[in-house]
Amino acid sequence: FIPKMQCRQLLRCISRSPATSSSSCFGVARRQVHQPGGFDTSFGFEEVEPGQKQDRVNQVFNPVSNSYDVMNDLMSAGLHRCWKRRFVASANPRPGWRVVDVAGGTGDIALGLLEWSRKLPGRAPPPVRVAPGDGSVDSFREAAERQTAAAEAEAPASCTVSVVDPSPSMMQVGSAKASAKGSTFASSIQWLEGRAESLPLDEASSDLYTIAFGMRNCTDLPGVLREAHRVLKPYGRFACLEFCSVENPLLSILYDEYSFRVIPPMGLLVAGDWDSYEYLVESIRRFPHQTLFANMMREAGFSAVNYEVLWPGVCCIHSGYKLPSV
Amino acid sequence: LLSRRLFAQSGRLLSLAASQRRPMTSSNASSQEPGDTLAIDDDFDPDLLPLGDIRRYPNHRPLDCGQRVFLAVGSGVACLAAPWRDDMISAFGETTGEWALRLLRDDMLANEEGRRILAERPRIRTVEGGGSIDLEALRRLPEGSLGRAYADFLDRYGYSPDHRRTVCFVDDPELAYVMQRYREIHDLNHVLLGQGTDFLGEVVVKWFEAFQTGLPMCVTGAFLGSLRLRPKQTRRYLQEGGYLAYALRTGSDADLTINYYFERNWHQPLAEVRQQLRIEEPPNLK
Repeated sequence: FIPKMQCRQLLRCISRSPATSSSSCFGVARRQVHQPGGFDTSFGFEEVEPGQKQDRVNQVFNPVSNSYDVMNDLMSAGLHRCWKRRFVASANPRPGWRVVDVAGGTGDIALGLLEWSRKLPGRAPPPVRVAPGDGSVDSFREAAERQTAAAEAEAPASCTVSVVDPSPSMMQVGSAKASAKGSTFASSIQWLEGRAESLPLDEASSDLYTIAFGMRNCTDLPGVLREAHRVLKPYGRFACLEFCSVENPLLSILYDEYSFRVIPPMGLLVAGDWDSYEYLVESIRRFPHQTLFANMMREAGFSAVNYEVLWPGVCCIHSGYKLPSV
Repeated sequence: LLSRRLFAQSGRLLSLAASQRRPMTSSNASSQEPGDTLAIDDDFDPDLLPLGDIRRYPNHRPLDCGQRVFLAVGSGVACLAAPWRDDMISAFGETTGEWALRLLRDDMLANEEGRRILAERPRIRTVEGGGSIDLEALRRLPEGSLGRAYADFLDRYGYSPDHRRTVCFVDDPELAYVMQRYREIHDLNHVLLGQGTDFLGEVVVKWFEAFQTGLPMCVTGAFLGSLRLRPKQTRRYLQEGGYLAYALRTGSDADLTINYYFERNWHQPLAEVRQQLRIEEPPNLK
């Protein structure tokens, strides 16, 4: 059972890229813009020099941002939703918390965190009290808004999320999703452009730091962990969802074949970009083993570091706490 | 006529298909003749074989069997769903065209000028893009010459020869060059047949190319593209002496345009080039 919405989104992705200027062009169509990392070399002449690793990440994510969610669904057969839901549950944000979500461009985690904190038990909205005599809809609406705002200020109904992402086009997709969900969601999310190595946030300003499937794109892992330690409040929690080394040998063989053989052509068909998805699967292989990453977290100053491998064994959640410095 | 092109040389093809392909290193790749797969290579050192996929030319993406099937089917679907996606059309042509490219390459070898093209491997790209086309010089040529007609065509639609994608899914470098040449010839086919880039023009050129090259992408494109024509276009297409008849006639009678060395003949009058290649003047049905 594949929902109709996903099929429609998939068709929209296939028919969207790459854009051309002529409207009725059948056969050997044209394109006006050369995609970065695409077919730029002359046949039989010199090869294009590979780009810098730092710039590559931005170059990778800007063109794929529109079809990112659809490709995630296709590549993981919808499993990424289960993983992200489990991640949000284990992060467990309480209302009133300030959460920083790094590399969360399309807003999956941010929206999940908001929903989780809103739906925690014991958070019934206060009843609206309207003065008798004036029974019009407008006065009721105004009174409701005033009273909910007062209730929010006194005991907030959800956490607030600051999403930090180096790619503005990914955040555009995310803010569109948030606005579609409603103004309460959109108003609780702040979209900041920045890198994980230097977050545009103050020291000890967040209760929870989350990063989902973004750590493998970071070039300086100890730097990212130090920065996470910096922005967390004492007793703040660090949570990282990332692909891990597969222990099971049979699964490892199937996973490698699938990653390297199926995902790049799928990326070409849906997103029009083979290179970006080849880069994505290679960056997964380069990421350190889960025990090594846990040691890196301990070196960065986190305590009670733990990791939990999610089914079927290709990704895991690392968590740690920042203890107050003695 | 199509079946003649596709099946006439099946005997030679079967022998080619039956011959095993041994792993080729980049050093001896260019010296290999098709069919000469059992030549002894004294310099062969198995320890020096490169790990991973062997890339035989820049931008080559080797595909294994499953990937090729997946891309062929997927790009075929994407071509129908989104015909403006040139990367899908390119991918479909490259993944399904090996057989037809072999036949085409053999036809080029049989022709003297075609053999020269295969040896020199000229590229139709602007000087900035690494080729030899100087668009300004072409625009200054006399009215009615091939180069002037080509420059006018590019200017009318705002195209550039550099917009063509590089071949990446064909494994043999020579066949990859034949595919690349076919792609670069496409605009010139438009000029020779006097067709624009609206759907009808593209279908006519696709029929012409289907007869000339036998590529599955051209054949399916011509068939299925004609289903998407608007009513007025369909009338002009199907009528007596209309575009379909013209395309079928010209396609089967004309010489291979891929064998024509365009880069040396920009100054030739277009009418003479058409006569030389046995291409009829296009019908004027507007």
